[in-house]
Amino acid sequence: MTSGADLLRVEGLRITFSVLGGGVEAVRGASFRILPGRVTALVGESGSGKSAISQAIMGILPSVASVTGRVVFNDPTGNKPVDLLSLDSGGREIQDIRGARISKIFQEPMTSLSPLHTIGNQISEVLKIHTDIDKAGRRERTEQLLGYVGFSDPKRAYDMYPFELSGGMRQRAMIAMALICSPALLIADEPTTALDVTVQAQILQLLRGLQSKLNMAMLLITHDLGVVANMADEVVVIYHGEIVEAGPVDAIFRNPQHPYLKGLMAAVPHFDMKPGERLKALREVPVQAGAIIGDRDVRKAGGPNVLVSVRNLSKTFSTRSSGWFGSGSAFRHRAVDNVSFDIRRGECLGLVGESGCGKTTISKILMRAVTPDKGTITFDDGEGALDVLKLDGAELKALRAKIQMVFQDPVSSLSPRMTVKNILSEPLEIHGRGTPKSRVETVRSLLQAVGLDQRFINRYPHSFSGGQRQRIGIARALALVPQLLICDEPVSALDVSVQAQILNLLKDLQKELGLTMLFISHNLAVVDYMADRIAVMYAGRIVELAPREVLMSDPIHPYTKSLLAAVPYPDLDRKLDFDLLQVSGGSDQQRWGVQFADGGDDEALVPADLGGGHFVLARKSVDARELRP
Amino acid sequence: MLRYILWRIAVMVPTLLIISALVFAIIELPPGDYFESYIAEIRAQGEGVNMEQIEALRKQYGFDQPPLLRYVHWVAGMLQGDFGYSFEYELPVSDVVGDRLWLTVLVSFVTIIFTWVIAFPIGLYAATHQYSWGDYGLSLVGLIGIAIPNFMLALVLMYFANIWFGTSIGHLMDQKYLSEPMSWAKAKSILEHIWIPVIIVGAAGTAGMIRRLRANLLDELQKQYVVTARAKGLSPTRTLLKYPLRMALNFFISDIGSILPAIISGAEITAIVLSLETTGPMLIKALQSQDMYLAGSFLMFLAFLTVIGVLVSDLALAVLDPRIRLQGRSTK
Repeated sequence: MTSGADLLRVEGLRITFSVLGGGVEAVRGASFRILPGRVTALVGESGSGKSAISQAIMGILPSVASVTGRVVFNDPTGNKPVDLLSLDSGGREIQDIRGARISKIFQEPMTSLSPLHTIGNQISEVLKIHTDIDKAGRRERTEQLLGYVGFSDPKRAYDMYPFELSGGMRQRAMIAMALICSPALLIADEPTTALDVTVQAQILQLLRGLQSKLNMAMLLITHDLGVVANMADEVVVIYHGEIVEAGPVDAIFRNPQHPYLKGLMAAVPHFDMKPGERLKALREVPVQAGAIIGDRDVRKAGGPNVLVSVRNLSKTFSTRSSGWFGSGSAFRHRAVDNVSFDIRRGECLGLVGESGCGKTTISKILMRAVTPDKGTITFDDGEGALDVLKLDGAELKALRAKIQMVFQDPVSSLSPRMTVKNILSEPLEIHGRGTPKSRVETVRSLLQAVGLDQRFINRYPHSFSGGQRQRIGIARALALVPQLLICDEPVSALDVSVQAQILNLLKDLQKELGLTMLFISHNLAVVDYMADRIAVMYAGRIVELAPREVLMSDPIHPYTKSLLAAVPYPDLDRKLDFDLLQVSGGSDQQRWGVQFADGGDDEALVPADLGGGHFVLARKSVDARELRP
Repeated sequence: MLRYILWRIAVMVPTLLIISALVFAIIELPPGDYFESYIAEIRAQGEGVNMEQIEALRKQYGFDQPPLLRYVHWVAGMLQGDFGYSFEYELPVSDVVGDRLWLTVLVSFVTIIFTWVIAFPIGLYAATHQYSWGDYGLSLVGLIGIAIPNFMLALVLMYFANIWFGTSIGHLMDQKYLSEPMSWAKAKSILEHIWIPVIIVGAAGTAGMIRRLRANLLDELQKQYVVTARAKGLSPTRTLLKYPLRMALNFFISDIGSILPAIISGAEITAIVLSLETTGPMLIKALQSQDMYLAGSFLMFLAFLTVIGVLVSDLALAVLDPRIRLQGRSTK
């Protein structure tokens, strides 16, 4: 292929960020090309320099970055090829290209739109900059495009503010903004990473459809191999600022060459894993759980089969709304709605659901951080059943040692002002375990157990990577040798390769310590890897609960089905079936079958027993056999 | 929106009532009343006191009645525009305050405008040219502005104004206009004098506002939506003016609530040094001599300004920021 056919050629690109005490080379001599009308995926982990490349193409790198190399843009409309890096980043020429010929959508639909301007204003502004269309024409064109990207009432949407829209709708507005001038190249920087999986599928479908309809080239920047397999024609893999592999998607997926890429593929959990199959983390961590428990045997024989029993839990949050209009009526949001489940001793119960479905609220209620409106929680570790919600004083403190939590964000869940030693010995101090000297010993064995070097004991959290920090968080949760470990999205802030490492660590620890786990995640594949039984939550309710294999092979509830159908597989032979997504209705309750419909009255829905521990939330009047379509 | 405004105004009533009760209580707190300090003063001068006259005055103003009743009288009087009687000046309070109130409002208003006009462009420049020489230089000047005590700046400016421009020392106008009614010449004289207190009173506020505007803008300039605007092809200047500046305005508006009373009550020292015909010096004197109706009226005036300022800033914020205006309508 001649070089003239490339839409964009990146040649020997080097990007250096000057920071205190020298420069950090984010991109080291990257070269690749983007073909017109094709989707090129740029794959890499966080910090690999993929976003810096996209910023360099647009000329919107922060001022601390210095760039060398060439980025040649060959606009098919007939202008001469131009080296984008040679243009003044504040100048006229690059401004004419930005937004009109090359446009970009960003990861965070929450923050990438101005909260003070209507989306119509922000979208039509692009037309105002790049075209001579008058005001009425701009509005018309904007509304047309808003309809195009999936707004059901574009006229109304034009005058809405970003905060009035959900994350998915905001991302649609961003896409409308990027496409309104029909650019030759669309750069999508992690466009679906911040979205729920069903919304992600819709956005991917939209992008794919628009891309082929407008015959536009797309540079898709992502860390998610599942997204790549479903979207890309060409793949460029970047690792530590260097391009390690590039080529057509078929060659990359079926015959990966570079060890990094091979490792990445093996590190992603997928649904076809055999029972007992392990993920291969890029850097495996040896687990020595024996170091924590010593000669104590936490796997006490006997005791009841069920460790935690949750019954009819409900929690309503009221947000005071429209005090503005004087009425001050409270809007009641049912975060948890009549939820019952058991966690069996030694098992890992997975809790899956999209953001806002109430899964985190449940974990907080279990931790006694939030008080539910009604319901009971019984905790029984063989020393007598405890009514968790009624405990206080010394009894509550004793319980806290038995239930510990691992949090989502490894950055904010560790105090930056405490050393690892302080962080890990704090729970021991609070519960008055051991002497100062024996606590240090315990901290050392905890570090050993999670595979961290004991020399790190006096370091502060900022000197660790995300994965290492999460291991410190896990070590902290294990310090008191709890009975129940609640993991709230423990890997969703981590890169794929690190994710496998943490998942394996948790799995090994669970096995060796006989831990009972409640594993909360929005990622079905991750839950599938970890859990023995899986509960699917939607809008505060558990809509389906079943053993892992049953749920994966025989989902009944339409929401579970759509959730399963929306997960992008990193497998070229199992692409997302966008049509199926449409049919099952996703999170749109109106389109679920009548046997699952809410019907407005509270008591209408009950868990129907399908046998073998498989429960589906359905109408009381419906017979269990009717649930299968 | 209209309902909200009405509701807010309705809420102002109990707020002001509570403040008035507090003001009255605080004025009542020191032992004795104006007449006792008056008697003490006259006795100290070695003169005889006409106790009968004093008792008559006491009776006339209800000082023999329980405090609660006097409070009710006072509040009821204020509602009808009767702010009571200043014993010290032996005039109704409204006559004593009169012109001074309007001059105070004038000085304050001009000061606010001055602060904004100076602070805005400098803050913008400092934020967009962070760590440049200009940024450092302007920051230095601003810090000096914060650091210099008002009274000293007042003395220095007064001296130079007299030397260079021949402006008479002190006061808001030439002495000869002091008791005259408003005229063209008087207005001109006021304009000639007003810039000195404006600079003095505004200096610290301006410098503080520059610092805050700079910090706010620097925060906003990092935000993702600024990158989005640049990626659209918007020019840097228009990007700055349309997006981050608009966001940074929020704090500016919410400042109005505190700026009004701060300027009026904060300018006392300057006003005393410059012998300005504003309300500050009078308030201090009234508090010292337990001239309770005068002091009470002043304090109520300040409270009223605060409440109004907060209302204005809240309403302006609502107009400016749709998130505040529409939060109730937000649907997911």
